[in-house]
Amino acid sequence: MTSPLTPGIVPGRLPADRLTENFDDLHAPYDGHEAAVAADRCYFCHDAPCITACPTAIDIPLFIRQIASGQPEAAGHTILEQNILGGMCARVCPTETLCEEACVREAAEGAPVEIGRLQRHATDAVMARQVHPFTRAAPTGKRVAVVGAGPAGLACAHRLAMQGHDVVIHEARPKPGGLNEYGIAAYKSTDDFAAREVDWLLGIGGITIAYGSALGRDVTLEGLRDTHDAVFLGIGLGAVNALGAPGDDKDGVSDAVNFIAELRQASDLAALPVGRNVVVIGGGMTAVDAAVQSKLLGAENVTIAYRRGRDRMGASGFEQDLAASKGVRILTNVRPVAVHGNGAAAEIELEYTTDAGGTLTGTGETIRLAADQVFRAIGQALLPPEGLALDGRKIRVDGAGRTSLDRVWAGGDCTTGEDLTVVAVAEGRDAAEDIHKALMA
Amino acid sequence: MADLTTTFLGITSPNPFWLASAPPTDKEYNVRRAFDAGWGGVVWKTLGEAGPPVVNVNGPRYGVIHGPDRRVMGINNIELITDRPLEVNLEEITRVKRDYPDRAMIVSIMVPCDERSWKEILPRVADTGADGIELNFGCPHGMSERGMGSAVGQVPEYIEMVARWCKENYDKPVIVKLTPNITDIRYPARAARAGGADAVSLINTISSITSVNLDTFSPEPMIDGKGSHGGYCGPAVKPIALNMVAEIARDPETAGLPISGIGGVTTWRDAVEFMALGAGNVQVCTAAMTYGFKIVEDLIRGMSHWMDEKGYRSTADFIGRAVPNVTDWQYLNLNYVTKARIDQDACIKCGRCYAACEDTSHQAIWMHEGRVFEVNDAECVACNLCVDVCPVEACITMERLPAGTVDPRTGRIVSDDYANWTTHPNNPAARAAE
Ligand SMILES: Cc1cc2nc3c(=O)[nH]c(=O)nc-3n(C[C@H](O)[C@H](O)[C@H](O)COP(=O)(O)OP(=O)(O)OC[C@H]3O[C@@H](n4cnc5c(N)ncnc54)[C@H](O)[C@@H]3O)c2cc1C
Ligand SMILES: Cc1cc2nc3c(=O)[nH]c(=O)nc-3n(C[C@H](O)[C@H](O)[C@H](O)COP(=O)(O)O)c2cc1C
Ligand code: SF4
Repeated sequence: MTSPLTPGIVPGRLPADRLTENFDDLHAPYDGHEAAVAADRCYFCHDAPCITACPTAIDIPLFIRQIASGQPEAAGHTILEQNILGGMCARVCPTETLCEEACVREAAEGAPVEIGRLQRHATDAVMARQVHPFTRAAPTGKRVAVVGAGPAGLACAHRLAMQGHDVVIHEARPKPGGLNEYGIAAYKSTDDFAAREVDWLLGIGGITIAYGSALGRDVTLEGLRDTHDAVFLGIGLGAVNALGAPGDDKDGVSDAVNFIAELRQASDLAALPVGRNVVVIGGGMTAVDAAVQSKLLGAENVTIAYRRGRDRMGASGFEQDLAASKGVRILTNVRPVAVHGNGAAAEIELEYTTDAGGTLTGTGETIRLAADQVFRAIGQALLPPEGLALDGRKIRVDGAGRTSLDRVWAGGDCTTGEDLTVVAVAEGRDAAEDIHKALMA
Repeated sequence: MADLTTTFLGITSPNPFWLASAPPTDKEYNVRRAFDAGWGGVVWKTLGEAGPPVVNVNGPRYGVIHGPDRRVMGINNIELITDRPLEVNLEEITRVKRDYPDRAMIVSIMVPCDERSWKEILPRVADTGADGIELNFGCPHGMSERGMGSAVGQVPEYIEMVARWCKENYDKPVIVKLTPNITDIRYPARAARAGGADAVSLINTISSITSVNLDTFSPEPMIDGKGSHGGYCGPAVKPIALNMVAEIARDPETAGLPISGIGGVTTWRDAVEFMALGAGNVQVCTAAMTYGFKIVEDLIRGMSHWMDEKGYRSTADFIGRAVPNVTDWQYLNLNYVTKARIDQDACIKCGRCYAACEDTSHQAIWMHEGRVFEVNDAECVACNLCVDVCPVEACITMERLPAGTVDPRTGRIVSDDYANWTTHPNNPAARAAE
């Protein structure tokens, strides 16, 4: 039996019941009365700021009123009309920087209406019934290829199917969901929610998924354009940025996203190895998720090392507080200079930095932390498909998701804009509407 | 702590808070505990005539209206008068009054509308040593179908007749409890006075259906698929009760007639409001049924504290103080011109004032860039709706335009003369009078 103090990267640091407890729902679902009380706090604002703050523009005051008047399922419809992954978004959206930040009660008393939890209450009510609530329009005879079964691709496919088009999704992985399935923190999507949600979404009909079919390997963009009326790319960000520090290749140094994917796919968390001293390099949501989940697996010491100040971290204040509450230490203004160890990582050397004057410079002072496991969480990058114009490191699109290639649209993380589930859903949906308009013109 | 001792009809109680005739006062056990908790008096649950007692339904007898978080806003009931034998009630009243001589003990009575019935019961009630009686002419369900309760309270001639019988056959104070299920409350009050009653108490419950079950399509509370109207009480009925109390207090024909105020009293503030409008004391039912007897502590401490703050030494100092300010619409000063003002620092930008004014009032609120809301004086009629719907207290206020300024809506100079409808040029009656 190992424990948090066992050196090295080992499984089974915590007993099974502790693991179950640790990876339980971050926010327990409301019961009916709690939801009614929470819903009652909504002021039903005129031209509500929360709607504007939601990338999918859900009519929040309306769905909350529907909960208050005793119809959570109808409330769920209102949500899903705008955001077909409203169930996942209710669990993963950083509401503290989206709708809840805009809530007038946040301004008034620092306690917004809990929109995310109410959204979960409503969407859970719809999904509990196991009947797909939307129907398809008459068949158009048009065929659209979607690449990637992540939030962007699924939202696009669903809206296209609803409009009467037939959709084939090419997905490189063996399972659908994209980062919903492989990336989101386990305690945000419990009970296999990602898979259940995709199943439910596919209930619309007219969507087939070709698994293990990768663009660039099994199919080409040219080929898809030839055989379909339109193509949508929702391929996310496939590559991971490198540390660029000596020792990056030592055993024990790996990509946070891979660790998280393994964790999300593990059938037995007690069998998943984790270090005693874990250091995560980065400052975004991925860094926080890798750090928190390492801690929850039983690592003794977990540190997030971020190169700039706290205010520049990609992870929201809420995420930072979550990490701190789980016992993760957040070290800011440090950057990795080397990973030391004889074959396997043992220590990481960090240099203090300053970004006074706008450019990040090392101060020369360094610190060494024990580190048998180091995670890179310094951002993912696009593996760009050939033939598409880029905007920086992402695919260039116009407002409706049109790329530089005729009849090819794109959305989600692979295009510019914030890398969030809800943004991917909005872009997928809007591209579908634009495709529909183009195909029916 | 100001002294709350209040004398009503010569009956002195340590505070003006009496429990109304209802389940809280239905038996010795309750009333003893109520007195121990601090209630100043009780009106015993209504007694009926001797013989087999009335029978209540055996299914639910209450319906409810909930506010946020299941706060009880109003209760509706189909309970009848006491369903315990008359003899038992009389014995208990005698014992309790003997043990609590400083508390007010009023006995509520409802017997058939004939003199013999009243002559029979009154001496027996007198024998208990109770301080007075209350005639229940208010119960709107069940008993009214049998020609009692509100069936009497809705016919002023009957009220006068029964009150007179009681005054002739009972020598302590007689209170007539009025039903609100009537168009003009002044008529039954005048009848009570004409019959010699010492006071009126009001309101009893309001005929109501609280809700309909949409699966069985039956009114709630439902008894085997059917429902009948019940009597509504609790915080929701307070505004109706306040108006009726004020109507009686300012009616020249009933001016000075003591009033016991009832209907939705829940906090000390409610009680003060009733008393300011002319009630000599208040009776409470729903608040006790919702929160238990302990609620009286808030009533006592609250009223005392408020009196200390205001410098009142006795409840007599403020009873009736608001009555002279209750008037008829036609006497309201039409030269009192106000405009809504939005405090930009307090505003949380919810836009409810805008929606209300734009959609349902006078399009007098601008929504500027950045959700800044501002009142357009040229359109504001000062209706107060924005103030009412604003979720932030004191964020929107009504400011009076000083005399001499121009009201941008009418283009007229505001005058500080008092001028009302009776003299307004648009009033045909005013012109006719010229
Ligand atoms: C660890 C982590 C935690 C996160 N936590 C949150 C969070 O809490 N809240 C939040 O809002 N966002 C979070 N995000 C961001 C969010 O997951 C993404 O913004 C969102 O998933 C983007 O959706 P997408 O459809 O564009 O891409 P993805 O979800 O990445 O989906 C892309 C899909 O395309 C497939 N694909 C890729 N290349 C090919 C190819 N060549 N051929 C065929 N298929 C291909 C992939 O297998 C994948 O299924 C997190 C991200 C990470 C990495
Ligand atoms: C369950 C119940 C039973 C009542 N029974 C009587 C009664 O027997 N006699 C009576 O005069 N009033 C009766 N009432 C009316 C109350 O005395 C009181 O007038 C009314 O409830 C309004 O006061 P409140 O708003 O404080 O409850 C009853 C009220 C309720 C809720
Ligand atoms: S007082 Fe009435 S008219 Fe004036 S701004 Fe407010 S809602 Fe509009």
